[in-house]
Amino acid sequence: MIFIELFFTFLKIGIFTFGGGLGMVALIQNEVVVKHHWMTLAEFTDIFAISQMTPGPVGINVATYAGYTAVLHAGYSPAWAVVGSLLASVAVILLPALLMVAVLRFLSAHRENRDVRNVMSALSLVVVGIVAAAALVLVGESSFGVVGYNRRFITSVCIFIAVVVLSMMPKKLTTTFGGRQFSLSRPSPIVLIVLSGAVGLLVYGW
Amino acid sequence: MLSLFVSFFKIGTFTIGGGYAMIPLMQREIVERRQWLDEKSFMEQISLSQAMPGVFAVNMATAIGYRQKGLWGAVSAVLGAVAVPIVIILLFAVVFNTFRDNVVVEHIFMGIRPAVVALIAVPVFNMARVAHVDWRNCWIPIVAALLIWLFDVSPVWVILAAAACGFIYGRAAE
Repeated sequence: MIFIELFFTFLKIGIFTFGGGLGMVALIQNEVVVKHHWMTLAEFTDIFAISQMTPGPVGINVATYAGYTAVLHAGYSPAWAVVGSLLASVAVILLPALLMVAVLRFLSAHRENRDVRNVMSALSLVVVGIVAAAALVLVGESSFGVVGYNRRFITSVCIFIAVVVLSMMPKKLTTTFGGRQFSLSRPSPIVLIVLSGAVGLLVYGW
Repeated sequence: MLSLFVSFFKIGTFTIGGGYAMIPLMQREIVERRQWLDEKSFMEQISLSQAMPGVFAVNMATAIGYRQKGLWGAVSAVLGAVAVPIVIILLFAVVFNTFRDNVVVEHIFMGIRPAVVALIAVPVFNMARVAHVDWRNCWIPIVAALLIWLFDVSPVWVILAAAACGFIYGRAAE
C-alpha cells in the first residue's frame, strides 16, 4: 500500500535530515528514486528546483511535491495524490517536532553534555559529505545530457559554470568605469533558476 | 495562540529559498515585534534548531510555539509556517504533472537542471568552513560522499555511523 510506505519513508527522511533542505536532498533521492522508483532522477531534480522557487521551507515543499508525484505515478487519481502529499509533509514534520519538544523539556540538564557535543561535531562533518553527494548524484545525463560536442552538453556546462560563478561572487560588486559607477549584486537562487530556464527556452526552442 | 499562527504564517509565506533565508524575518517577528525571545536566546534557539534533525523552519516554529503556549502553541506555529507553502507547491505539482510531457516545459527544465546541481554544490564549501573541515579530517566528508554517490549507500547509515563514531571517539579521548 503506497500510502503506508510513503508515510514511513518520509518519517525516516524527517528524522535523518541534518543540515536543512540541502541535507535532505541526498536522502530523498536515495529513498524516492533509488529504493522505491517513485520517480526518475530528472523529475526529482525538477522538483527540487520548483521547491526552491516557491515560498516556504524547502524541505516541506520537496516532501509535499514528492508525495504528490509518487502517488500519482502509482496510478491513483490527483485527489488521492493530494492525500499522499499531505501525508508526506506530516510525516516529515512529526518526529523532529516531538524530539524538539523533548529536548526543550530536558534542555537544562543536558545542555553541556560532552557525548552530545561529540556526536554533533561528527555529524556536522558528515553532513558536508552528504550535501556534496547530493550534487554528485545529480551530475549525469539527466542533468547535463550525453558528454560530448553537442548542444545540450555544452549549454549545460555553460549554465553550470555561470551559476557557480554568480552564486560565489561577493554580495555586492562595485566598479567605476569611465567615471560612472556600476554595481552588481549577487543574484538570488530564484533569479538564477528563472534565468537558466530562459536560457533553456532560447537554446532548445519552443 | 493566534499570534503564533499569524507570525509563522508571515514567516512561511513571505520567504523564498527556505531555511536560512528566513532568519531575518524571524528575528523581526519573534524578537522585535512580539518579544517572545530576547536576542541571545533567539540565537541559541537558532543553533539548537540547526543541530537538530528535520526542517529548520519547522524546528524553529515548534520550539517557539512550545515555549510560548505548550503543545498547542507548537501545533499552531507549525501549521502557520507550512499552510500557504503547501497549498502553493501543490498547485505547482498539479500543473507540472499535467504538462510534464510538454516539449516547451521539458526545454525549460533542461536549462534549469545544471543550475540546480550548481546551487547544491556551491554551499558545500561554505558548510565545510563552518564545520571546521581541514586536511586531517577531510577524509570523513569525502568518504561519506563517495559511499552515497558511488555505492548508493543510504545517508541514514552514514548518519548513524558518524553518530556512533563521534560518541566512541569522544569517550576514548577522555
